[in-house]
Amino acid sequence: MNRYIWLILFALGLAAPFAVYPVFLMKLLCFGLFACTFNLLLGYAGLLSFGHAAFFGGAAYVTGYLVKNSGLTPELGVLAGTLCAGILGFVFGSLAIRRQGIYFAMITLALAQIVYFVALKAPFTGGEDGLQDIPRGMLFGVIDLGKVYAVGGKSLELNLYYFVFAVFCLGFWLICRTINSPFGQVLKAIRENEPRAVSLGYRVERFKLMAFVISAALAGTAGATKALVFQLASLTDANWHTSGEVVLMTLLGGLGTILGPLVGAFTVVTLHSELSSAGSWVTVIIGFTFVVCVLLFRRGVVGELARLLKKSL
Amino acid sequence: MEITLQAVLAQVMLGLNNGVFYALLSLGLAVIFGLLNIVNFAHGALYMLGAFVALLGYSYLGPLIGMPDFQMNYWAALVVVPLVVGGLGILLERTLLRRLYKVDHLYGLLLTFGVALIIQGFFTNYFNVSGTPYDAKPEILNGVVNLGFMVFPKYRLWAIVVSLAVCFGTWFVIERTKLGAYLRAGTENPDLVRAFGINVPLMVTLTYGYGVALAAFAGVVAAPIYSVSPVMGAEMIIVVFAVVVIGGMGSIMGAIVSGLLLGMVEGLTKVVYPPASGTVIFLIMVLVLLVKPAGLFGREN
Repeated sequence: MNRYIWLILFALGLAAPFAVYPVFLMKLLCFGLFACTFNLLLGYAGLLSFGHAAFFGGAAYVTGYLVKNSGLTPELGVLAGTLCAGILGFVFGSLAIRRQGIYFAMITLALAQIVYFVALKAPFTGGEDGLQDIPRGMLFGVIDLGKVYAVGGKSLELNLYYFVFAVFCLGFWLICRTINSPFGQVLKAIRENEPRAVSLGYRVERFKLMAFVISAALAGTAGATKALVFQLASLTDANWHTSGEVVLMTLLGGLGTILGPLVGAFTVVTLHSELSSAGSWVTVIIGFTFVVCVLLFRRGVVGELARLLKKSL
Repeated sequence: MEITLQAVLAQVMLGLNNGVFYALLSLGLAVIFGLLNIVNFAHGALYMLGAFVALLGYSYLGPLIGMPDFQMNYWAALVVVPLVVGGLGILLERTLLRRLYKVDHLYGLLLTFGVALIIQGFFTNYFNVSGTPYDAKPEILNGVVNLGFMVFPKYRLWAIVVSLAVCFGTWFVIERTKLGAYLRAGTENPDLVRAFGINVPLMVTLTYGYGVALAAFAGVVAAPIYSVSPVMGAEMIIVVFAVVVIGGMGSIMGAIVSGLLLGMVEGLTKVVYPPASGTVIFLIMVLVLLVKPAGLFGREN
């Protein structure tokens, strides 16, 4: 994609907190990154993980616990969350790739439920309440992430925002690099025709597992960052609903497109905040969106746009 | 803690009671998957819908149609509810699922996931998540029976017997009758079966309807035991997915047997180490994936 478009998007990201409520923006960024990691798996490797919330929520708990109880600085906390999610991803991935297609989705869903049960029952996760009052802490021990700036009558958490933005950019860049690397090309080959990839001498299991670990680890980064932003790691983060929503975000935005998951995540998160008064009708609306997407709109927003412009987005 | 034989047997029986519901649901999933190649994510929601339709028919239908005294009794619900919900399933297949047979099977899973969310969200709006009791249990099934080794509630025994009867009836029809032979042939090669003049699309529709009706039936049987709640299906479907991964969806008998066995194992875990009873089925799934990835009764294709 055009270099100038990236620069414009980057500048928009830098300026955004002065126009839009920063906490909302940070939520968008966290879920955007989360959806991108999911898209790496489904869109490029053809693996439908229905348990991605396990990595997102698991990392949120790990980071929250360490930052709160061991006094870890936020960047180390996020790193620890990412690492744990990566390890978890390695375990889940090794198990799930033993079966294919539809079974893969069911296995990841069931495995994620174990993480959910641990979050619900373990003595250190706060049960139904989750981990609350996670401190935002001092970045590198120097920069106070909790600091609020008064700009034009509004109070903005600029330090935290730029930290989250930096984490997002790093994660997003890593995903783009992965997709455009030779490794990413092999993933696409496996998605398109697995037997042929095997016959070309690729050990597809390794590629799938590697993709799964990268995706899980970065989903963990997103979850860990989210825990710092909201100062909360909750059961919702690890719930199957969250796993389903990240599928919807990716599908709605456009499977296998670079920008699609971001568009999808922004849409779904906005939908949630606009409809927060509607109670469980939100679930009904999310369900309808799913049905409509699957039946009429399988390319997603960005996918349709790319088709109209005859470009890859 | 002392573990008595009494306690073990009691939990095995209670586990078997859960197991028959796992069996009914995984059987429905297997039947649907065989012919449609779709994993029906809405299965849990349809099980919940079955329980709710029974509840609505009992407590709300009368006033709604201007006959305040009318209550759909349990026996009627046992027949009517699977028909109604099965009909809904047929509608679902005809209008939505049918459009997805030519695309990747994953879309079928995603579509039915959306349907599950719609049904669950709808009922969450009107009913408490903590559950509403369904009091239509008939007089004759009240009380307990002495099984010799333990005293067991009559209704739970009935639930086990009637569910087993339906499971094995389904197995018999599919594996031992001509109708079942068509179905199995359709599973192997739908185009060829069609060439013999058999109406495969109709068969597909009815199969989906039957699978859904099985889920609704399980819902009605379960309603007097558990309280009827909008989330009862969501909790169920994930466990049933694990059951299906363990058993493999290739065989009807495999689905039934693994459902029953895993229910009992879950019950046993409640005696030995209660905190693990919620996760034991998932852990068994992990073991099975390590030892026999195709599932206990599955064939890898």
